[in-house]
Amino acid sequence: MFPTPLHQTRPATQWLFRIGLPLALLVWLLPIIAVLMTSVRGAADLSNGNYWGLPSDWRILENYTAVFRSTPLAGFILNSFLVTIPTVIGALALACMAGFALGVYRFRLNLLVFFLFVGGNFVPFQILMVPVRDLSLRLGLYDSIAGLALFHIAFQTGFCTFFMRNFIRELPRELIEAARVEGASEIQIFYKVVLPLVRPAVAALSVLVFTFIWNDYFWATVLIQGNHAMPVTGGLKSLNGMWVAQWHLVSAGSIVAALPPVAIFFLMQKHFIAGLTFGATKG
Amino acid sequence: MNRLESFADHAPTHPVPATTWWSRHQMRLVPWLFLSPALAMFLLYVIAPIFQSIAISFYDWDGLGAAKYIGLDNYRELLHDPDFFTALKNNVIWFFGFLLALPLGLGLALALNQQMFGIRLAKSLFFFPFVISQVVIGLVFSWFYDPSNGLLLHVLGWLGMDPVAVLSDENLVTYGIVVAGLYPQTAYCMILYLTGLNNLRPDLIEAARLEGAKGWTMLYHIVLPQLRPATFIAVVVTIIGSLRSFDMISIMTQGGPYGQSRVLAYYMYEQALSEYGYRMGYGTAIATVLFLLMLVYIVYVLFRVYQQEKESD
Repeated sequence: MFPTPLHQTRPATQWLFRIGLPLALLVWLLPIIAVLMTSVRGAADLSNGNYWGLPSDWRILENYTAVFRSTPLAGFILNSFLVTIPTVIGALALACMAGFALGVYRFRLNLLVFFLFVGGNFVPFQILMVPVRDLSLRLGLYDSIAGLALFHIAFQTGFCTFFMRNFIRELPRELIEAARVEGASEIQIFYKVVLPLVRPAVAALSVLVFTFIWNDYFWATVLIQGNHAMPVTGGLKSLNGMWVAQWHLVSAGSIVAALPPVAIFFLMQKHFIAGLTFGATKG
Repeated sequence: MNRLESFADHAPTHPVPATTWWSRHQMRLVPWLFLSPALAMFLLYVIAPIFQSIAISFYDWDGLGAAKYIGLDNYRELLHDPDFFTALKNNVIWFFGFLLALPLGLGLALALNQQMFGIRLAKSLFFFPFVISQVVIGLVFSWFYDPSNGLLLHVLGWLGMDPVAVLSDENLVTYGIVVAGLYPQTAYCMILYLTGLNNLRPDLIEAARLEGAKGWTMLYHIVLPQLRPATFIAVVVTIIGSLRSFDMISIMTQGGPYGQSRVLAYYMYEQALSEYGYRMGYGTAIATVLFLLMLVYIVYVLFRVYQQEKESD
């Protein structure tokens, strides 16, 4: 193990570590603690300039109900779910199939198609912006949840296919050969052999794609205009502009907006990190 | 049906004589059948738009009326556009600034790669900023820099220094936003390195330790080479992150003051879609430049993947 395990070091080092770690953590999380604290302050604290001390007046309930009652936050959050969940399902369905095709079969254009997915995944969003907006307008999907979700499905398919294909290639080929000898059709092989085995990859990708799409801001601003379809990232930005001095409400909104990905991260931490660090140990 | 029967069913016909058209062509058609939905969506929404954007960059177009072909005029205009060069310069600052996430992330990972009570929670909490939307991070950092009452003001006050209005200082603004961007990116690199450190080969470490290697020597000669796959991914995601630096700028400064914190991605958006006008042609010309810069690096990544493919075959 590197660095040297703590229990093999001098006691002074051990104590330093034990005291230093929580302190470092406090400093590291300061920005997040600041939002949390601001979200429970009263307006008086902000006008008196008490931004960073303890709240003089804890207004947890008031602020959090106010942000729901006097702003369209609930609608924004609903929109985020309506964009994110279909994207996760759609991108994973497409990627499972494409990953199966690229991971199991050898055909001439295999590597070329694979590189298309990998390379497309890295392009800057701005090179897609004008044509994608134009396409959405022509399809009548501009400023709609469906239009935003369709683009996200297409773009996330690149990364998911890359991941799936590599995952499927690591599966033991004998399983597929054995199923073929047993007379299984190729479609049965997909359903009965491969799909059950890629469950860990599906789990990892679901949590990652959920977080990416939930936090997307750029495409929300490009493809959505009205509050009726605006996801919560774009919504927060407009709230921030609306209430320049109402930071306590913007903070409460930010906390609420951050909850779904945070909950998913803590509940499915293992899958999240497995997905994020896929390939970090070999290659 | 038991195993024996199933075997008997198939054994005599083993080199299956192809009967139907489907069964003869199944092996060649199936991969394309499975590929087609993903490929169609990806071609429609990702691959084709790249070429469409490049095509639009040769036109003068407001997004609604008729587009007028103007050849290389948009690119000629770029060459004389000081805002374009400011954005390009800021992209360079973002690029090198963002790479600091690697040593910072490695440092954090080394500090946290211990076994003690509560360390798992500590790792999760250090990773936390990555999970939160950049919109939220951007908001918090703009409060942090707030010249009238931000935390930075107080910290500088304690240190006896003059207040600095980072986000309205044209020389500091980009650095200020890069620091905000580094916050989640460092967390990402940390988690990559923690995974890498978890998979070090203990035999190599012990052997080196017996040879008397420790500290920096050990890190440089024994540990870092084993972390190479983690470093590769960290470099890839960090460079993409630095070139996609749009969210933070939009939230924290909207490109200001006087456009001094724009990067190409933001400038493009402003030209093509914001209240400053709908210059689609000029915008796509900027996007094309950004794309070509990125292409150098995409080709490098694909080359690396290609080499790995050849080795694994």
